[in-house]
Amino acid sequence: MIKRFNLLLAGVGGQGTLVAGKLLSDVALQLGLDTRVSEVHGMAQRGGSVTTAVRIAPQVHSPVIEPGEADFILSFEELEALRWASHLKVGGVMIMNQNRVMPVTVSMGQAQYPEAVEQTLRQAELGSTRVFSIDATGLAQQAGSVKAVNVVMLGALSQLLDIPERVFLQAIEHVLPQKLHAINIQAFELGSGIMKATQTD
Amino acid sequence: MKQILLGNEAIAAGAHAAGVKVISSYPGTPSTEITEAASQYEQIACEWAPNEKVGLEVAVGASLAGARAMSCMKHVGLNVAADPLFTSSYTGVNGGLVVVVADDPGMHSSQNEQDSRHYARAAKLPMFEPADSQECQDMTRAAFELSEQFDTPVLVRLTTRIAHTRSPVELSAVEPQVVRPYAKNIEKHVMMPAMARKRHRLVEDRMSRLAETSESVGCHQIIHKSRSIGFVTSGVVSQYVREAFPDASVFKLGLVWPLPIDALQRFAADVDRLIIAEELDPVIETELKAAGIACEGKTLFTLCGEYSTALIRSGLETNKPTPPAFDAGQLTEAPARPPVLCAGCPHRGLFMALKRLKVIVTGDIGCYTLGALNPTYAMDTCVCMGASIGMAHGIAKATNGQLTGKTVAVIGDSTFLHSGMTGLLNSVYNQSDSTILILDNSITGMTGHQQNPSTGLNIRMQQAPSVDLEALCRVLGAASVRVVDPADSKASEKTIAEELKQKGVSVIIARRPCALIPQGKGTRDQLVYLDQPLCTRCGACIRLMCPALTAGPDGYPVIDPDTCNGCGLCIRTCRFQALKQGGGDCD
Repeated sequence: MIKRFNLLLAGVGGQGTLVAGKLLSDVALQLGLDTRVSEVHGMAQRGGSVTTAVRIAPQVHSPVIEPGEADFILSFEELEALRWASHLKVGGVMIMNQNRVMPVTVSMGQAQYPEAVEQTLRQAELGSTRVFSIDATGLAQQAGSVKAVNVVMLGALSQLLDIPERVFLQAIEHVLPQKLHAINIQAFELGSGIMKATQTD
Repeated sequence: MKQILLGNEAIAAGAHAAGVKVISSYPGTPSTEITEAASQYEQIACEWAPNEKVGLEVAVGASLAGARAMSCMKHVGLNVAADPLFTSSYTGVNGGLVVVVADDPGMHSSQNEQDSRHYARAAKLPMFEPADSQECQDMTRAAFELSEQFDTPVLVRLTTRIAHTRSPVELSAVEPQVVRPYAKNIEKHVMMPAMARKRHRLVEDRMSRLAETSESVGCHQIIHKSRSIGFVTSGVVSQYVREAFPDASVFKLGLVWPLPIDALQRFAADVDRLIIAEELDPVIETELKAAGIACEGKTLFTLCGEYSTALIRSGLETNKPTPPAFDAGQLTEAPARPPVLCAGCPHRGLFMALKRLKVIVTGDIGCYTLGALNPTYAMDTCVCMGASIGMAHGIAKATNGQLTGKTVAVIGDSTFLHSGMTGLLNSVYNQSDSTILILDNSITGMTGHQQNPSTGLNIRMQQAPSVDLEALCRVLGAASVRVVDPADSKASEKTIAEELKQKGVSVIIARRPCALIPQGKGTRDQLVYLDQPLCTRCGACIRLMCPALTAGPDGYPVIDPDTCNGCGLCIRTCRFQALKQGGGDCD
């Protein structure tokens, strides 16, 4: 079982990266591992680019993940995948949600939203780096709430971690209010299912 | 069983475990969650004060009355609370008194990068600096003990990375709340010159005793490893040091003021090269050099911004970055995503009005400071909480009134109650013709929606008296007080233009709830849709920079129904009536 990894959650303010970080910290606790989950609050949350850094290991010191140090990046938005790509370590895995949130620089016509982000990332892959792209937002809607996109992403991640599924499901029960359990368990299954299918493609 | 707690939540847990009875604070990133988390413990009298000075004074009163008390604030909040801080150092405590201050190196959400350790030195107070959530809990407990043991308020300093990082905490046992008997003691509690002179000597004596006992009470960790290099460090930087140089010797300070000079001297003697790793100012370095201990610090590391493991490494040797996963040359650059006012934010319409009026805008601290940026650029200044009103008055006085009819002060409801009221009083008293806009969005927004004296609720969301802002401004002497709906940008513009021409102080309250709180959320039938045949693709709606509106590839605006709040600002902006309400019924 994996006992040491750095994971960066990248997204736009309000996409639920904070809760995903909380869920992963509960996973670490259940596995008896140390963890640091570093969050961004305040002004940047107002529609800005936000990240949550999750570090899990037998002992963790720094709460920050530096460029080239992330084993995994879960990007909740395509442009943010591109922005934070430099944080992924060679041989690391990026899971990108096929979702575009236009930054004001684009909607105001001051910048272009890059075309074919997934393709760009794939072409730039070095070593055994891998990029997966899934429609997590669509799957979250299917599960019953677009807000469950974070748990869909965790479901997808779970396929790469060799951590028993029940640990994630317990984290959902520990961290989220009871009325959201069913939707999020469904979201988790859909995420893990799509990743299984993607990997065997 | 361990729990995962945010550093701020762990501070609250530590205070709870120490039997704290009273907590009074003003919200400020990155300190806000301490008091919010503490309010979950029913037995703690927990409250939002209108500002940090009041918050600390409440805690000082509670302490002298015999209870353990705490006040929490961000670094700039301690400037506001500095007055009671300095003199409470003289009065000392009855029940333990802890002041938590959260610094923001890197300025994630602040207007400056000041280092609060200077306050410990200046006010002659001990200060702890935890390095993770466990230490946040444990040092807060220790701070209460130390406070009563040495009859002193105790500071606990956080930085953003400690306050806003979650890590495991072994919860400590909870002590019962104890209220020590109150005894009148004017020699100790009434700080007039004759008494204060005596107290000052006691304060100096207390600091000497604290420095001598710091080794045993200071929660320091001394790790003897390699002789060749030794670090003196504290807080989050100690984590970067241990990660960058796992084989180095490390003296990790718990109590960062006063310093355990003798112990540091011995540590220095045990290593060939002594490095001081501290974010922001060279507080430890200066002190060690004054004590004749040779060391290096700011010649290796910057005075500005946040540190990191890589920064610590590169200060001493070549940092070898981990090879990246992608060929950077093949990646397109990601366009910036700056923070913007939310969809439906009531401030947007008001700043559009200010832009059209081409006035000088003295600004203040809050979400609305974003009005200084694209697309309105309608703010000229932002200095500190409450500054907008005094600055507008100063501009008028400096220009002999020439800019009076061309200057508007803009301040939020919570900021006005924090420290704008006295500015208004001054403008009235000193006969200004100022125009002051209070952006009343019924909440303290940017710090994450805390209640304040104008919202009608307290920190536990129970009913509370709510101040009548109109009556308050009138009683302070405003010649005119008017209320506008900022979503009606044109009407707001007209009102502001009228008031700019008036003699005496005018207050305009732009009232509409924050779009992120329940009473500010739009209904389905308010959602906006495009009547495409009427649209000329002029782009006026796009220039509002509302996150719900983007220009589609064909130039027509696209409205995101999940984001639209139905505020109607774009409908009022469209000259061709192409945007309409009722989008919720059309899908």
